[in-house]
Amino acid sequence: MNIVVCVKQTPDSAAKVTVEGGHVSWGDAPLIVNPWDEYAVEEALRQKEKHGGKVTAISMGPESAREALKTGLAMGCDEAILVSDAGLKGSDTLGTARVLASAIRKIGAVDLALFGRQAIDGDTGLTTGQVARLLGWPVLTYVAAVEEIKPETKTMRVQRMIDEGRQVVQAQLPAVMSVTKEINEPRYPSFMGIRKASKATIPTWSIAELGVEPSQVGRGGALVSWSEIYAPPVHKVECEVVKGETPQETARVLVDRLIAEKVI
Amino acid sequence: MSNETWVYVDQFKGTPLPASWEALGQAKTMGGPVTALVFGPGAQAIAKEAFQFGADQVLWSQHPLLEEFRAEAFAGLVAHLAAEKKPGLLLIPCTTRGRDITALVAAELGCGAIPDATGLETKDGALRVTRPVYAGKLFTTAVFASGGTRIVSLRPRAFAMPEAQPGKSGTATEVNPTQSESDLHTKVSGYVASEGGVSLTDAKIIVSGGRGVANNPNLTPPADITDDKQKEIWKAQQGFKLVRELASVLGAAVGASRAAVDAGYIPYANQVGQTGKVVSPDVYIACGISGAIQHQAGMRTAKTIVAINKDPEAPIFGLARFGVVGDMHQVLPALTEELKKRLGK
Repeated sequence: MNIVVCVKQTPDSAAKVTVEGGHVSWGDAPLIVNPWDEYAVEEALRQKEKHGGKVTAISMGPESAREALKTGLAMGCDEAILVSDAGLKGSDTLGTARVLASAIRKIGAVDLALFGRQAIDGDTGLTTGQVARLLGWPVLTYVAAVEEIKPETKTMRVQRMIDEGRQVVQAQLPAVMSVTKEINEPRYPSFMGIRKASKATIPTWSIAELGVEPSQVGRGGALVSWSEIYAPPVHKVECEVVKGETPQETARVLVDRLIAEKVI
Repeated sequence: MSNETWVYVDQFKGTPLPASWEALGQAKTMGGPVTALVFGPGAQAIAKEAFQFGADQVLWSQHPLLEEFRAEAFAGLVAHLAAEKKPGLLLIPCTTRGRDITALVAAELGCGAIPDATGLETKDGALRVTRPVYAGKLFTTAVFASGGTRIVSLRPRAFAMPEAQPGKSGTATEVNPTQSESDLHTKVSGYVASEGGVSLTDAKIIVSGGRGVANNPNLTPPADITDDKQKEIWKAQQGFKLVRELASVLGAAVGASRAAVDAGYIPYANQVGQTGKVVSPDVYIACGISGAIQHQAGMRTAKTIVAINKDPEAPIFGLARFGVVGDMHQVLPALTEELKKRLGK
């Protein structure tokens, strides 16, 4: 199994994110591997452990994204590639998908490309499907369990989380899938892994090396852009504390208030 | 591009999702003619409803290829029709299926897509789409570069539900996929039923439990449970029983905080928050939930939040319209009883 896992570097999920001078700021909070992507890395490693082969982590981003790839290597990925180019700044999801699809093609003979369900910064959840469509491969989003992968017949069966429960789907390989949190428990990088990652060389691929048309990516190629970014409107809520002598009385007063305010 | 607005009507096993009608309601405000796309089992019957919720025209298909939802087949047909008729705007409910369609159609047609919108307005002829980013910690106004069909997916319950107009009808046209089974790479082999109950995304009312569900000091686990973790989970299950009973009286869905899910009290499918589901119910009742920033990211857009927590300093009270400082194990049964009386159940 030749597996690729795409990771993004994002601000920590606990960061206080604000807007300063029209730019997003997360203060001193660290940059981390997008939490959803850790599940994708873990699943890639588990499938490799079961079926043999290789796991390559790719990240598109600035130079700092190298750190996210090192986390992937420390967890056990065999190789990592950073796709970084000044011309990629401002890419929208389709631009990003074009770059990642080209990188997957360049790696060659890939059986499975894994993603986290979405990145916790842009929150679009579109890249997985777009990469799949550009590659002409089937897409399996929101995978909560991999029931089986049969490399010999190039087939797999998964459970996808949908709004109504879980859908069981079979797909042909190569395929693209995104995973949810339920799929596994990501491992911590091992001491040996961290040492190995710190010594690893991570090649950088540019737009030219990928053969991506520069006008289709970056700010110039973006079909969607953020014209404004701002803090959510503050709804000042004054909490009305409901009190009674007994739980029964508290319940009665609360229900009175909920009915009076037409909440229920 | 035409001035038409298209709406993808999302359905599951022949039942349309309410978010589809919310999208039709928005489409009507765009000014041009409104076409609904209705695919899958029962499409012809759903088409009749689509007219009542505002569609002028319906393109429908009950083709066997569309018997079960497969992104490649459904998106393939949407893209094929959109490439031919070039609607200016395509609105899609942002459900799990809707996100897939949005991604695949945008990639196939090479057009821009903005997912999970909570607001939509036209200013100086340009469409401006409001959407939360960074798990709702920030908002952005997203805009399209010129050209192509614009695709926007709409967060369920973020837009008003239009009134149905009984008796209203329009032109229904049957369409057919251009793909055949051999073009498709996926096959649906079945469903694993969820725990049942009301779906979180559609729910008008949600009752959620947090770590506090396991903290009932008056409970003693059965003697045959010796493991401490199992004792804790047993206690938590008793706590969630109280949450479910309250939810059942209100016709509400059951949610949970990440802490409760990570502790093994309840499945991940129930998790509300940054790494779970993002919900916007009319009422959100948080029981034994402190309200970490990651949890707030999933529920802060609820219209009214009610918090029940022992700790008066819990951050959840900062969001809540109504608060009860008390033990949920005493308050919930009393609240369930009171509601049964008052709601006549």
